[in-house]
Amino acid sequence: MKRPLIFSLALTLLASAVLAQDEIKIGEFASLTGGSASFGQSSHKGTQLAFDEINAAGGVLGKKLKLITEDDQSQAGQPATIVRKLIAQDKVVAVLGEVASSRSLEAAPICQQSKIPMISPASTNQKVTEIGDYIFRVCFIDPFQGSVMAKFAQSKGWKKVAVLTDVKSDYSIGLAQAFKEALLKGGGTVVKESSYSTGDKDFKAQLTSIKAAKPEAIFLPGYYGEVSLIGKQARLLGIKVPLLGGDGWVGDSLLKVAGNSLDGSFFSCHFSADDKSEAVQGFVKKYKAKYNNETPDDMAALGYDSVMILAAAIKKAGTTESEKLRDAIAATKAHAGITGSITLDEKRNATKPAVILGIGGGGFQFVQTVAP
Amino acid sequence: MIERSKILLLSALLVCAGLSHVAGGISPYYFDILIGIGINIILAVSLNLVNGYTGQFSLGHAGFMAVGAYASSWLTLKYGSSIGSGTLSTTTVFVLALLGGGLGAALSGLLVGVPSLRLKGDYLAIVTLGFNEIIKGVIQNAEPLGAQRGLGGMELHTNFFWTFAFAAITIYVVLNLVGSTYGRGFLAVRDDEIAAEAMGINTTKYKVLAFVLAAFFAGIAGGLYAHFKQFIHPEGFNFLRSVDIVVMVILGGMGNTAGVVVAATLLTILPELLRKVAHYEWLPDWLQQVAENRMILYSLLLIILMLTRPQGLFGNFTGKRNQRLQ
Amino acid sequence: MVDKLLEFVQQLLNGLSQGSIYALIALGYTMVFGVLRFINFAHGDVFMLGAFAGFYIGPKTLALFGTGPSYPGMFAVLVVAMVLCAIIGIVIEKLCYRPLRDRPKLTVLITAIGVSLFLENAGQLVFGANPQSFPELITDRALEIPESWGAISGLTITVSQVLVFGITLLLLFVLRYVVMKTKLGMAMRALSFNPVAASLMGINNDVIISFTFGLGSALAGAAGILISIQQPSIDPLMGVNAGLKAFVAAVLGGIGNLPGAALGGILIGLIEALVVGYISPNYRDAIVFGVLILILIVKPTGLLGTSEREKV
Repeated sequence: MKRPLIFSLALTLLASAVLAQDEIKIGEFASLTGGSASFGQSSHKGTQLAFDEINAAGGVLGKKLKLITEDDQSQAGQPATIVRKLIAQDKVVAVLGEVASSRSLEAAPICQQSKIPMISPASTNQKVTEIGDYIFRVCFIDPFQGSVMAKFAQSKGWKKVAVLTDVKSDYSIGLAQAFKEALLKGGGTVVKESSYSTGDKDFKAQLTSIKAAKPEAIFLPGYYGEVSLIGKQARLLGIKVPLLGGDGWVGDSLLKVAGNSLDGSFFSCHFSADDKSEAVQGFVKKYKAKYNNETPDDMAALGYDSVMILAAAIKKAGTTESEKLRDAIAATKAHAGITGSITLDEKRNATKPAVILGIGGGGFQFVQTVAP
Repeated sequence: MIERSKILLLSALLVCAGLSHVAGGISPYYFDILIGIGINIILAVSLNLVNGYTGQFSLGHAGFMAVGAYASSWLTLKYGSSIGSGTLSTTTVFVLALLGGGLGAALSGLLVGVPSLRLKGDYLAIVTLGFNEIIKGVIQNAEPLGAQRGLGGMELHTNFFWTFAFAAITIYVVLNLVGSTYGRGFLAVRDDEIAAEAMGINTTKYKVLAFVLAAFFAGIAGGLYAHFKQFIHPEGFNFLRSVDIVVMVILGGMGNTAGVVVAATLLTILPELLRKVAHYEWLPDWLQQVAENRMILYSLLLIILMLTRPQGLFGNFTGKRNQRLQ
Repeated sequence: MVDKLLEFVQQLLNGLSQGSIYALIALGYTMVFGVLRFINFAHGDVFMLGAFAGFYIGPKTLALFGTGPSYPGMFAVLVVAMVLCAIIGIVIEKLCYRPLRDRPKLTVLITAIGVSLFLENAGQLVFGANPQSFPELITDRALEIPESWGAISGLTITVSQVLVFGITLLLLFVLRYVVMKTKLGMAMRALSFNPVAASLMGINNDVIISFTFGLGSALAGAAGILISIQQPSIDPLMGVNAGLKAFVAAVLGGIGNLPGAALGGILIGLIEALVVGYISPNYRDAIVFGVLILILIVKPTGLLGTSEREKV
């Protein structure tokens, strides 16, 4: 009775060994359902597109890349379990994820302890990559974006600025902090600070008190879901000053909900789908073809870039062995990504230009690129 | 009777200590699930004291868990490094921090227990839910606790032994309490509060005691969780986490500790199995998505259980008796 | 000084329009509680379904009344969404609550939580988790207040605010008429007073309970459309927060009491606006729940509720 068991065991081992040889497994944890599903879905779509593209072109090192995606349901507590599964059970060589910094912060220590490189597409909180030398990101960090917009406000001559922060989002708080510091340094003043929570729909109370403070511009470092409503309600309340924001503004429904109420506003982001460069247009075209004519947003572009940087590093290292792979990722220089030319600095953060877009005429217009 | 249960507890602790050596060797993923089972057993068995044995309805157990998690993390972060570097002292600090977290949670349980004196059923459910939100809100605004960023940097202290030792202690305390003459009061409050009061039972005292004890153990579970995941975030202790625990109690059978232990184990493993199912590519898309979204299944489970088997999967003696009486 | 006063009045106006939405939802909680003595946890999600009903039928219905946003189109969408929600409410009651009518209250409560979670998560699966933009049913704009009115012209009142408040008032009067003057309403009140006696008087309890669920759900559906006109971004989880706030409103006013629910809704709206405007938005939810706990401790029957003796 024992022999068949051993035999079949050996067979499965053999089979898995054979399978393992022609594919490289890469894990991804993303919030495909739950509160922040919209961001997780976008970044996952960009990630998946990159995998398809690489595999269609023959893979890396002669092997196909296999993406193993797990949904963390936007729930704290899940990322740790998932990353343990990806590393221990699926034997992935690298981990991609997440958009939300709080969930990246939960997964990062485990990747660091297991010496598996982790690349976060869009966690902008500084602490994420401070966890250790196996943790990377392909987006810029909060302080950079905040100061970019502060300098932009300064260049436009807006000195009295009100700040409306999303207190439930660390991203928003980080951006607001950096913006305020840079603004004060440049001689501006914050005339009113107010806040709201993710998921709020009525902002008239906050806007009423902001209006009373008579600002020349309002800094609004939130996500598009709330920003679109804030824009609409601000105009209804008779607030006519420009609104300023960050990459959280980019989303499919921003202008659909806001209509023309955000005209004359500006925000910083990672890339512009209207960018005429060949790389961006090619990406937009492929993305639309695969996903039902949806326009890719920042999260999708960052998800895509995170895969491409990883694939390039695997190619360069010539192996998936963890230490060499880590060194190869860390050495990423001037990678031509969809979100600009990406160089990873010694703190494993991406240094790359930000794009400032203006809103008007029912679309986004490229205003300027700000180098780091 | 009591002697025998003490011997059982002692042997359970010994088994934990023994298994603890073996458990270190298994895959980190299975170990993660194993610790999850232990923590969920503590949570579900303690909640069962309120929702099952005392017949109240709390929807805020994750709130107490949060208090324990944050209080114990704060303690180990503050005092963990200042006291010696020997293994014994760090372990002592950890266990003391766990107990501190438990006491903090018990204190907040007292706060919830007091308004609960006048409320029942639906109202109590909403008030406990409200408390859960308030606790979350306080943490989200508390800078020293990491506010919205979450709190990290705790060392890994939680191991197999401490998790299952506390699970065994929770089970022991709840079973003994309910089995004692004193604890009959809980059941009396559940079965007929007015009659119990008429018989001279201080129903208020029992209700508050149930809340405080349940909160204490939830706090311990929170501490274990925090020192296992090493990163905690207010959103990890939201309404949905509370619902998770409630589902375990209901599936196991309210007032049936053994059933609840089995249910807590099953419901910790189930989502991980479903993760596998979600990857079967021959399944239609929507089925894969359903498998991935455990809350759809949990909610259907709740509805179907209530319609067909309100006493839970494993039944419950007193429940059956009540039904027969009706 | 005038500025400060104006800001205060503006905050009150903001609170009023948000509060009237809460009031509409709170009425459903209170009505169901009146006849069945239990809290329909899934009520907030019916509100969400109302908004999504408007999202799907909106563009086609508007097209029937010419091109672009129009008032007749909006009313048509409102009515259709209310009817759809009424049907959903009746179906939920029939499938999930009716079989449990003689079971302990706890069983029904757990089922209701189950229904609520199911609607939220199935909603994410069917409608998608992303927020959707709600079609523009009417063109929202700020009303012009003539300069000659003095300081008042500094206030901003939008068309949608007036509309929401007006429709809420209208629905309240219709509801009051139905409950106080019609036979069905009389039967509802009888059932609420004593179900056994009511059925002895020849009232078909099942029909009345279905009717109550339908009426309450229709109001939630109306609230779903009205809020989406003001805040045209809808998602499957929008009912969670609104539902909880409306529940607090119902308890504040005295659950089971119709004018109480309306009053409670408006009060919660005002409290929220003032807390956000003058204290800090961070404490808004905590203070609303604090109000709930306080009222339950001090006067569990609510502001307008009458006390009810517990029977053995």
